[in-house]
Amino acid sequence: MVVESINWMAGGPQGSGVDSASTIFGRACGYGGLYVFGRREYHSNIKTMHSYFLQRISKEATLANISDVNLLAAFDAETIVRHVGEVVSEGGIIVDSRDLDVNILKDIATFSEDYKSQIRDFMKENKVGETINDFLNYAKQKNIQIFAVPYMDLLNQIGKKLNLEKASILQKMINVLTIGVSFALLKYDRKLVEDAIKATFHEKIAEMNVLALDTAYDYAEQNLKINNFRHKLEKMDIKEPRIFLTGNQAVAMGKVLGGCRVQTYYPITPAADESEYLEAHEILKTKDGSQEAIIVLQTEDEIAAINSASGACLAGARAATSTSGPGFSLMAEGLGWAGNNEVPLVITFYQRGGPATGQPTRHSQQDLRFAMHAAHGEFARIILASGDIEECFFDAAEVFNLAEKYQMPVIHLLDKGMANSSQTYPVFDYAKVKIDRGLIVGEKELEGKVYKRFQFTETGVSPRAFLGTKNGVQWCSGDEHNEMGNINEEPIIRRKMMDKRLKKLELVDNEVPLELRLKFFGDKDAENIIVSWGSPKGAIIEALNQLKDEGLNLGYIQVRMIHPLPSAHLKQILDGKKRIIDIEDNATAQLGGVITEHTSIKPTHYILKYTGRPMMTTEVYEAIKLILTGKAAERQVLMLGS
Amino acid sequence: MAHRASDYKTDVYVDWCPGCGDYGILSALQMALAELNLEPHNVVVVSGVGNASKTPHFVKANGVHTLHGRLLPFAMGIKVANPNLEVIGIGGDGDGLGIGAGHFVNAGRRNIDMTYLLYNNGVYGLTKGQASPTLKLGMQTKSLPKPNINEAIIPVALAITAGYTFVARSYAFDVMHLKNTISQAIRHKGLAFVDCLQPCPVYNDINTKDWYAGEDRKDASGKPQSRLYKLEEKGFDPVVHDAGEVFAKKVAGLEKAQEWGDKIPIGVFFKNELEHTFQERFTQRIPFYPTNPPAKQRLKKEDGVSAIDLSEFMDDLKTS
Repeated sequence: MVVESINWMAGGPQGSGVDSASTIFGRACGYGGLYVFGRREYHSNIKTMHSYFLQRISKEATLANISDVNLLAAFDAETIVRHVGEVVSEGGIIVDSRDLDVNILKDIATFSEDYKSQIRDFMKENKVGETINDFLNYAKQKNIQIFAVPYMDLLNQIGKKLNLEKASILQKMINVLTIGVSFALLKYDRKLVEDAIKATFHEKIAEMNVLALDTAYDYAEQNLKINNFRHKLEKMDIKEPRIFLTGNQAVAMGKVLGGCRVQTYYPITPAADESEYLEAHEILKTKDGSQEAIIVLQTEDEIAAINSASGACLAGARAATSTSGPGFSLMAEGLGWAGNNEVPLVITFYQRGGPATGQPTRHSQQDLRFAMHAAHGEFARIILASGDIEECFFDAAEVFNLAEKYQMPVIHLLDKGMANSSQTYPVFDYAKVKIDRGLIVGEKELEGKVYKRFQFTETGVSPRAFLGTKNGVQWCSGDEHNEMGNINEEPIIRRKMMDKRLKKLELVDNEVPLELRLKFFGDKDAENIIVSWGSPKGAIIEALNQLKDEGLNLGYIQVRMIHPLPSAHLKQILDGKKRIIDIEDNATAQLGGVITEHTSIKPTHYILKYTGRPMMTTEVYEAIKLILTGKAAERQVLMLGS
Repeated sequence: MAHRASDYKTDVYVDWCPGCGDYGILSALQMALAELNLEPHNVVVVSGVGNASKTPHFVKANGVHTLHGRLLPFAMGIKVANPNLEVIGIGGDGDGLGIGAGHFVNAGRRNIDMTYLLYNNGVYGLTKGQASPTLKLGMQTKSLPKPNINEAIIPVALAITAGYTFVARSYAFDVMHLKNTISQAIRHKGLAFVDCLQPCPVYNDINTKDWYAGEDRKDASGKPQSRLYKLEEKGFDPVVHDAGEVFAKKVAGLEKAQEWGDKIPIGVFFKNELEHTFQERFTQRIPFYPTNPPAKQRLKKEDGVSAIDLSEFMDDLKTS
């Protein structure tokens, strides 16, 4: 039987081209009309530490990773050791022939003593020897095929053809060799891979790499038993145009579409890629052919980042800052100022593992409560959490409307899982994305009047004039203030101002369409329901589809606006359900707690993960199944992923 | 229509202590705004937190009273979003050189076209008299339990080193000199810094008004010998006339900045308009930036739909 979908994994030391290999692999599959879901895992390190990319390729849309690896392309020995256990029966491993004799316990400098002791246990338990070859022989017992490729010989051939002797330049092409061998094993159209290489590298570099690709393809076709490898990828004809993008890119595009014209940031993983992408594309085209621009400011710290973004908002620009947990910690004070002064500031918050430096490059959803409560004092804010890359795009535009309409900071809550995953989508239909700047007043409306920036109104929203508006001279202050914005400590004013700011949350609750705040999937009437937020979405939907195929129907509420929580509606949905399963990437079930607080309904089961790796369909499916069959504990902790 | 200093006054009660140097600085600022005939709606006074930072509430121009030590980031955001605004930063010595020191230094790297007035009295006022970063080592002002254990920052020296392109010092009770200095600072193309020396009559009993005036150092005729002298009266030329002399002029300014005690220079220490401002640097990349800055761009079309065409972004990401 031929299998026409595949999980392909490339792994190697950081700096060895794992990323570009994956880009090429994903693009080549995209050119053939296939869907790709890719996830990048890396250490907080520049060179030498292990990194890998897992790509799931299929004819149908894929929403998340699954744990099985069908083809492992190893750039080095470490990759074999770390991932051999993930390769499934009938899969394959591509290995550099030079690595076969590597002694795993002695020759791999990057293994920690902790990890070595795990390896020793594994060796003992499975009676496996100490070399890579021993590990591969073990894999063969699981019906996995090994494809040893003499990369150095191939590189020397290429070097001769190009008159290139420098080993360091040639070495850089190992990644493309692995791609060539991978696609040859998959019997995939070579031309599409060539196109992907040309789209990834500059002309001269592309030329060298196309030669490397051909060398690898030829070698594999002549020397490896390609037809014994059951997996195959075939080009499909599709009509719709599709894109392949990361969450960082989706957010960046959504922002410029939504009118963001000042972006501030201090370098931090996994947020900085978004700002760099914006700076690279700072000149924007409008629909009528004119040009605009976004200014990207790299500041001295996150304190400066949030406060300069607030300043830009006061002047009338739509402005945002983008960060992760440690940066957001520094931003707390500035967030409070924005709240006190009703600044329509957008904060894009990509969660990673904490506390402190935590796991800088790994995934987590640990900061929901932090986003909700950061900064001293009580003030209004909105928290909107996207669940996939498409939502990242549309939400990144919409958060500016929410911020300006309700004149309060909005935290767009994302995570590393989405930031660094890449996925295939039909080109986003953004033609109808609207911009609503809320209650703005200009020179004419203010003529002959005393402008009060914080005027008391029925809704709590005061007319906003930008700094520089004639007749609109205004004050704002981090102190409590009167309608003019001048410092005032009178109890009556204090109460009225607090109420004015906070009651805007009721307005949000009443006005913002429910479909922006909650999404419902699956069976509405099912007695078992899942609640979740953010990036577990893909794995949950895929797991639900599998369960449905088995006749098990569940509902799934994706909570998007977590603050203010649409609690009345949630309560209505959750009331009377037999089981409520809360699924989150944290240890303390933060959304579950928020829901309980606002609805008095407590989830019956929790599926949690806090290893730093995103949830995979496989494990979510299994955990739900255990619950439905009454075999699960109240709290299950998921562990998949290396 | 010409403006008068009184046009820049608000009816907000000024709650500084009697005899505070802040009054002199406030008057000088209002006089300078009138002299330059700036429209109040085009001026934004951005402050941090502390006594000095209450100033915006007393000035009839846009006032943004921010967080302790953070006036520079706010000011940068405002100026970048709308470079046509006249932005004036105001904060105390603790605000700018203690909690805000990181921003103070980094602002110099950008040479944003704005003005920064530092009210410098050596103490934290609102928290009742602790030593600020400009109080000299070993000084014990009256509310300090022990003599100051930290050495002082010299604000003008730090500003020159950090890259400010106009660096001056003046004195709160020489209102005309201060007004002229602020005026020059506002007119300067680039980041201008004015160290405004001022007595704190409540907590700093060392660097008092009498101390500055030299009441303790009378000459034979009984006339006090002021500790302050004016650089411009000594023929000091702080101006960089060509790019080759930047370093020499900085060194000269730094040398003058070392003087303190019985001989305290005021006036301009360093001035260089040859350096590109932050705005000019952006304009080199984005030619239409000055006329169509972030705050002025039209974000949507008549029908409310976003004005932006993303097709080039999408094309880059297309796989089919």
